[in-house]
Amino acid sequence: MKTRLPLLFAALFAMGLSTSLHAAEVQVAVAANFTAPMQKIAAEFEKDSGHKAALSFGSTGKFYAQIKNGAPFDIFLAADDETPAKLEKEGVAVGSSRFTYAIGQLALWSARPGYVDDNGEVLKKGTFAHLAIANPRLAPYGAAAVEALTKMGLLSSVEGRFVQGENIAQAYQFTSTGNAELGFVALSQVYADGKLKNGSAWIVPPSLHSPIRQDAVVLAKGKDNPAAAALVRFLKSDQARAVIKSYGYDL
Amino acid sequence: MLGDTDLAAIALTLKLAIVTTVLLLFFGTPIAWWLARTRSAWKGAVGAVVALPIVLPPTVIGFYLLVMLGPQGPVGQLTQALGLGVLPFTFAGLVVASVFYSLPFVVQPIQNAFEAIGERPLEAAATLRASPLDTFFSVVLPLARPGYLTASVLGFAHTVGEFGVVLMIGGNIPDRTRVVSVQIYDHVEALEYAQAHWLSAGMVAFSFVVLLLLYTLNPTGRRV
Repeated sequence: MKTRLPLLFAALFAMGLSTSLHAAEVQVAVAANFTAPMQKIAAEFEKDSGHKAALSFGSTGKFYAQIKNGAPFDIFLAADDETPAKLEKEGVAVGSSRFTYAIGQLALWSARPGYVDDNGEVLKKGTFAHLAIANPRLAPYGAAAVEALTKMGLLSSVEGRFVQGENIAQAYQFTSTGNAELGFVALSQVYADGKLKNGSAWIVPPSLHSPIRQDAVVLAKGKDNPAAAALVRFLKSDQARAVIKSYGYDL
Repeated sequence: MLGDTDLAAIALTLKLAIVTTVLLLFFGTPIAWWLARTRSAWKGAVGAVVALPIVLPPTVIGFYLLVMLGPQGPVGQLTQALGLGVLPFTFAGLVVASVFYSLPFVVQPIQNAFEAIGERPLEAAATLRASPLDTFFSVVLPLARPGYLTASVLGFAHTVGEFGVVLMIGGNIPDRTRVVSVQIYDHVEALEYAQAHWLSAGMVAFSFVVLLLLYTLNPTGRRV
């Protein structure tokens, strides 16, 4: 046994060496609303390219602070178009690497089947105690929800019943546990393979709010990473776009 | 400088910490007394449950509170049956969460103080025909005062410093569930670093002064 140990180490070393030669790892910061599609895209990307994609999910504002302070991400998929532009202007992101990977759709959702009607009339009937939204100061989906409510003339009547999640994932969590009867969520959270997963939902017409453009950007650290370049190519491919659309995003 | 929402968050945080500390001293005393005196086989298990919040990440506590207190959860069903509604997103909900979360920080110092008193003063009081209740108020409480000071300060400070649990069951509602730690988080997320600094530096100063007072006034008390 003793004599075989060096051999074992040599083999492990060779294995490690070979993977590092052929496959690289890309670290991706992903906006919370894009969690489900990105997991699927990353799995297909890893299978196709042999590279590895390490995903971190969170809010765009937090990622901004972390990236500015040296977080080791190669690519940032933001929930808005302002933050990537800001990072580019500040020289933290690679110039002109920005592109729109998805346009988000806002949905009014309840975990209860049949609770939300096709026209969002439930907002006017007002039998609910809590309406979950993502914090409109921080999250584009929250801001879009407030914009839509304002246009519908309902903001003042429902504002007192807001419960705010720090991001859209938390708004979904409040609604899915039933603590809030209703919630404005990203359609991508409740939608898969072209249909609603559970509960009931009203897709808020895009005419009621400005488009939720979600931009991606390559960060300074990912500039020369072959895996980062490969992932950007993959995100723009028809294969990835089909996945993105199946989760209820526009493109 | 501090805005109106910041001041509201500070006021709410102080209110939450005061209510929580008072409730904890009230409910923590019998638990601590039982833990200090009992020879029951359950002592280990109860002590472990009390200490759980020290070990568990706030995400676990917050997640389970959200599920348990929610309309489908067992506690939520009970509170609805009692006509109290559901607790998440309310001040009362934050109090319940904080009482659980800060329990060990209040029970353990009091328990240690009770244990340090030992049998002798109690026996002496009994030979002087003091009733158990009289003994408790005239002998035990005064002797356990350092423990109570430590418990109050730690319970209060720990509640002020609470973040994860409140974030998960609070819903960030002004004047009801938006406490200072959540407000700071919002400022940081919104890239308002100046306001975040004001509140954060205030928290650092507050925490230091509280612990300094504790260690100066109560040098024999239990240290954290």
